[in-house]
Amino acid sequence: MSDLVLNLRAIKGRAYPRAVGGLREPSWMFFDIFLPLLGIAAFIYYYRSLGAPEVYEGYVVIGGAMTAYWLNVLWSMATQFYWEKETGNLELYMMAPMSKMSVLAGMALGGMFLTSVRAISTIVLGIFIFDVRMSFSSPWLLVLAFLLTLLALYGLGMLFSSLYMLWGRGAWHLSNLMQEPIYLVSGFYFPVRELGFYVGIAASIIPMTLGLDSMRQLLFGDEANGLLPVWAELAVLTMLAVAFITAARYALRYMEFLGKREGRLVLRWQ
Amino acid sequence: MAVRLWRDLRTIKWSAWLGWQMESNWTNPFLFLLYSIIKPIFATFILVFMFVIITGGVEQDPTLFSYMFIGNAFYMFVAQVMFGVAYIVQEDRERFKTLKQVYIAPMSFYLYIVGRALSKMAITALAVVITLVFGIVVLGVDVDMLKVDWPLFISAMVIGLMCITMIGVALSGITFLTARHSSGINEGIAGLFYLFCGVVYPLSVLPSWGQTIGMALPITYWLELLRRTLAPLMDFEGISGLEEFTDIEILMFLAITTAMFYAVSLAIFGYADHLARKKGKLDMNSTY
Repeated sequence: MSDLVLNLRAIKGRAYPRAVGGLREPSWMFFDIFLPLLGIAAFIYYYRSLGAPEVYEGYVVIGGAMTAYWLNVLWSMATQFYWEKETGNLELYMMAPMSKMSVLAGMALGGMFLTSVRAISTIVLGIFIFDVRMSFSSPWLLVLAFLLTLLALYGLGMLFSSLYMLWGRGAWHLSNLMQEPIYLVSGFYFPVRELGFYVGIAASIIPMTLGLDSMRQLLFGDEANGLLPVWAELAVLTMLAVAFITAARYALRYMEFLGKREGRLVLRWQ
Repeated sequence: MAVRLWRDLRTIKWSAWLGWQMESNWTNPFLFLLYSIIKPIFATFILVFMFVIITGGVEQDPTLFSYMFIGNAFYMFVAQVMFGVAYIVQEDRERFKTLKQVYIAPMSFYLYIVGRALSKMAITALAVVITLVFGIVVLGVDVDMLKVDWPLFISAMVIGLMCITMIGVALSGITFLTARHSSGINEGIAGLFYLFCGVVYPLSVLPSWGQTIGMALPITYWLELLRRTLAPLMDFEGISGLEEFTDIEILMFLAITTAMFYAVSLAIFGYADHLARKKGKLDMNSTY
């Protein structure tokens, strides 16, 4: 069997349990779709209590939907190899003949599918319940921005995943730590430019920052108070995607070597 | 009776100690402290920035700002303790694989979870205090320690924390039946309280049906009482939507709704426990 076919099968094999796992118990879908909406609704009412312009409610809906992807990257990509180590699967991956990158790609695809259910339903319900108005004047550009954001984001997840492979419980705590601070600096609930141009530029190392900003500009026009022009943000996202995926490939190889040399690949509960 | 009480107290004491070790012994104390406070403090910063972006500054509406800040600071207990307690079953079952051993030990598993909650409470208390001090010193949240109604504040804290723990235990019971990745349930319940309990905005902002839900939840009364006792000079009553009730009446509502939630918590935990044993889910392992 050629390497390509083997790796494609590995991608499919790793994506499959994620997609099927999410649908295994349909009642959980209800919780995954409706309950996260409560937190988003709270932010919308907070803006209403402050007398914010309506467009801010749209920011919350988009930001809230994209939260699902960030959480998926942190908990189902970055910490996944750490988790596999804890459950005893990591050594099986190491022994199998396919590229470890294809395992990560499979995890990413499966995770994207599952997360998209939650994200899309959040946007649709947000639009209907809170009467959020968006302009879909450049749908293809919007799709491109969304896909580039996901590519760069999951590339970052792959990079984290390889770094987390050797860590102990610190990995779990680091992921926990990267929620609220990133929500703040990436501008999940308000335009990142409000934090200042240079803070926004610094925060752009997290693909979500420019991804959200470009999608907001495409959906809300000039009101979005964008950080950079959309074309520039898409160009940076493309560069980030290439850089993160390439870095993940090398980091994975190096960490695997380091793990084997130090005997930490199978070290659990550290 | 006395023997049983002694055994229960010992269960709580040692599970709290175990929880503390599990939470903190993965790194040095400084790093642990940093990790423990950064997350909740940044959660508060998000709201502060939203406030400043829209209103132009804290001084534009100090009452609303203090309302939001105090509510959000104490909501950390709900988010951290309730969510943390709900995660205990998953952590013991799938991460450390010790649920079986703990479950068959001669003690109440319910109290074991309560004990584990205490350690989470201690860590969260530190973050709450740091956030409040930051708010008072830097952002001008109007809390004067000499004017705080301490007896009422302490009573509200004790009842409120008991309530949060009980809801957390009920959620941990539900976790017996769910897989590792279904944290949306816990997240959603925390969101429910965040939305309906007037945490960061007055209850009156909600539609009338939302206010009715909020009035049935103990966290609403808990936060209202904490605000009133911590900053008695602020006119929170005027904006909160609970202006017709005195402090004592609110304390009574808190106690009554907490008692009701205790009964519900016991029932949910007992039923989920029974169902998990019946369906063989006590030792479930979701490896995907």
